[in-house]
Amino acid sequence: MVEMTLNGLMVKVEEGTTILEAAAFYGVNIPTLCYLEGLSPYGACRLCVVEIGEPGSAKVATSCTHRVEDGLVVRTHSARVMKARRMLIELYLASCPSSKIIQDMASNHHVTRVRFKQRHEDCILCGLCVRMCAEQMQGKAIGFAWRGSERKVTTPFDKKSDACRLCGGCMYVCPACRSRCQGPQAEQAVCNACLNLPQTDRNYLFFDNAVCEAMEPPGGAPKKMTNRGA
Amino acid sequence: MAPALKRFAAPEEVMKVRQSLEGRLDGNRPRLAICGDTGCTVCGADGLAAAVKEVMERKDPAGRLELKVTGCLGFCEQAPVVLVFPGAYFYRKVKAADAEEIVEKALLQEGPVARLLYTDPSSGKKIACAGEIPFYRHQERVLLDANWHVNPLDIYDYLARGGYAALLKVLGGMSPGEVLGEMKEARLRGRGGAGFYTWLKWELCRTRAGSKKYVICNADEGDPGAFMDRSLLEGNPHAVLEGMLIAGYAIGAVEGIVYLRTEYPTAVAKLDQAVRQARELGFLGEDILGSGFAFDISIVRGAGAFVCGEETALIRAAEGKVGEPRQKPPFPAESGYRGRPTVINNVETFANVPLIVNRGAVAYRAAGTENSGGTKIFCLVGKVNNSGLVEVPFGTPLRKIVFDIGGGIKGGKRFKAVQTGGPSGGCLPEEKLDLRVDFEDLAGAGSIMGSGGMIVMDEDTCVVDVTRYFLNFLKDESCGKCFSCRVGVDRMLEIVGGITEGAGSEEDLALLEELALVVKDTSMCGLGQTAANPVLSTLRYFRSEYLAHVREKRCPAKVCRALFRYRVDEDLCSGCGFCARECSAGAIGEGPDGLYLIDPAVCNRCGVCVEACASDAITKE
Repeated sequence: MVEMTLNGLMVKVEEGTTILEAAAFYGVNIPTLCYLEGLSPYGACRLCVVEIGEPGSAKVATSCTHRVEDGLVVRTHSARVMKARRMLIELYLASCPSSKIIQDMASNHHVTRVRFKQRHEDCILCGLCVRMCAEQMQGKAIGFAWRGSERKVTTPFDKKSDACRLCGGCMYVCPACRSRCQGPQAEQAVCNACLNLPQTDRNYLFFDNAVCEAMEPPGGAPKKMTNRGA
Repeated sequence: MAPALKRFAAPEEVMKVRQSLEGRLDGNRPRLAICGDTGCTVCGADGLAAAVKEVMERKDPAGRLELKVTGCLGFCEQAPVVLVFPGAYFYRKVKAADAEEIVEKALLQEGPVARLLYTDPSSGKKIACAGEIPFYRHQERVLLDANWHVNPLDIYDYLARGGYAALLKVLGGMSPGEVLGEMKEARLRGRGGAGFYTWLKWELCRTRAGSKKYVICNADEGDPGAFMDRSLLEGNPHAVLEGMLIAGYAIGAVEGIVYLRTEYPTAVAKLDQAVRQARELGFLGEDILGSGFAFDISIVRGAGAFVCGEETALIRAAEGKVGEPRQKPPFPAESGYRGRPTVINNVETFANVPLIVNRGAVAYRAAGTENSGGTKIFCLVGKVNNSGLVEVPFGTPLRKIVFDIGGGIKGGKRFKAVQTGGPSGGCLPEEKLDLRVDFEDLAGAGSIMGSGGMIVMDEDTCVVDVTRYFLNFLKDESCGKCFSCRVGVDRMLEIVGGITEGAGSEEDLALLEELALVVKDTSMCGLGQTAANPVLSTLRYFRSEYLAHVREKRCPAKVCRALFRYRVDEDLCSGCGFCARECSAGAIGEGPDGLYLIDPAVCNRCGVCVEACASDAITKE
């Protein structure tokens, strides 16, 4: 067992687990898009970043790839992390507004606007499909091609692949394929329809303000967490 | 003639051969060194070398004069350059036609060919000796000195300069711990950019369990305008090999890999030759010099991706996989090449290692600062009078590099900014010129040391446009694996591009800054983490220029095409019509008074008319 500090609490965690798994075990929900139990961690969506180390010299790292160590000090919802997550969610909304998962995440983090030019690229290149195909379906029919903003998921040479058994595993795990619910503002880039639910109904949806504040280190960043409706 | 290559079985044999080579590189021995590096070759060094050879065959059948085609001699601005010993006369912009005179003078030892010498712009006097030229005088060339003397294709030249003496010293009685102690004492830091302490990296790797460990040399130098590593590999490759050997000994590795980019074909050929020669002489392979230590080096050629300069991406590429980084930890020292503990260092870092062992850490550290020992090579390029390869101790002020060594700004223009550290470095303004170049000081000012690129910009440069250029480069070179780098850089480019096109607003600046900080914080590897530096540093030091773009829709340097226009000055226009003839857009027409007018709506701001106008009547406004 490894002993570490998770949001100010000393916790014991089994050796070899990741910070993300440890946090989940202790009931701390860290948002992810490219993580799925059973597939190897990939660290591409960057949403699961957490602050590691003492305030002031802390580093930001992805919790899905970082294994727990003795004496590790982790803050999963600090102001720095939340600021980064909100910006990332805004970027996700700006390129893939059709995904229900991303729209829910936006409401959850109170991201209510998109300041970037709206695009409809849909695929967020989280790589879940590629890993699903290779690691669970033993297919290895798809992979990444090209680089940078031209990167895409495809079969070798964009040709129909003999290795593909049309199992549909790739679609099953895709966060962008699961389209939005047809809520009251379904046609808008930012739905935020869930934000209009009565307070009692949406309590379960949102990370509690008080919890966020409690996670701030004493004397650390100013306690201005507004992840709930303003 | 070089003796035939025979494998050395013991250190004594090396010493014996070295004695026989004494005087080979003596400064009094008549010889010509012609720079064979890219800049000089492009300017005709190949033809020059052939002409010199031909003249020498004719005039000097006895072979008193020696010709060496060397690596980069440093002063690229004056290419092609030739050094003549004895005297270290520095000839600049030499043509093949000058060969006859150069050889004659050198044979007769009659002093230099005056018309080929460098003229000091401040005093107007000719300077004969290379060491007295301000460009060289203000430098401390401990690593690059070898480039003046050594033929990189001949291992015996390296031996004659005391090459592999450090290896002999290490094998002859230093424990790996002692080697590490020397590196620690010398305060050697990684020259690849991050400035991690070399001894610490080696120590982490050495103390890892596992019998198989690797040493990797990162020679994937991809920054625009940077050629430090190439100059070392092409000028003195054995120094790098010797450094890798010592690293291998210190951490207990038996295999070394040089990851070298394919775009450096000369470096590949020269390094390949060096590895073969070192192997033939027994400096590489089994039981090196009878010590029992075994180490071999192979070369892996990169397939052309900037991101492969990042260590985890490089390792994956060397393994034959797609060159994409992965999240650290684990660091390569824990799990690197094929999952084994791996030390990965930059070319220049390895080249420093033999120097430290030979000179001793304390003497080495005499140059440099409290935290960083030794010297650093920079590629001084851009709008500076003396562009070239520059080596100075850590802690040298930027002003000295740009003005004393670099000779100030071209054409007497004003200095605007210097960008250190390659495409993901920051732009530093005039008030930061007294900054000492050091890892900490540069980071504090919002830039990075990077691998040592240094691009000087003058008043005609628009920093917003420069930022756009670097973001565009990084957008193309981002591997695209992690979201914040792929999309973040793309969106930063979208915003900065909009600003240069006159479509930006002040909210855009705030958003840009917010985004840049998030990209810096959350990206997976060094490329993304530093990609925001050009944005953040220019916003910090040149905000007024951004504001001129977004508020007044004006580009102060008149570079952003959407924000200025060309105009014909009626007082100066002679009515010749050259401009109208050259204009590809058809934007220039003759006015009623016989003078010419430019239609800004049609003009594409290519600037051809400015070149065409004989009376300098076309100006930007």
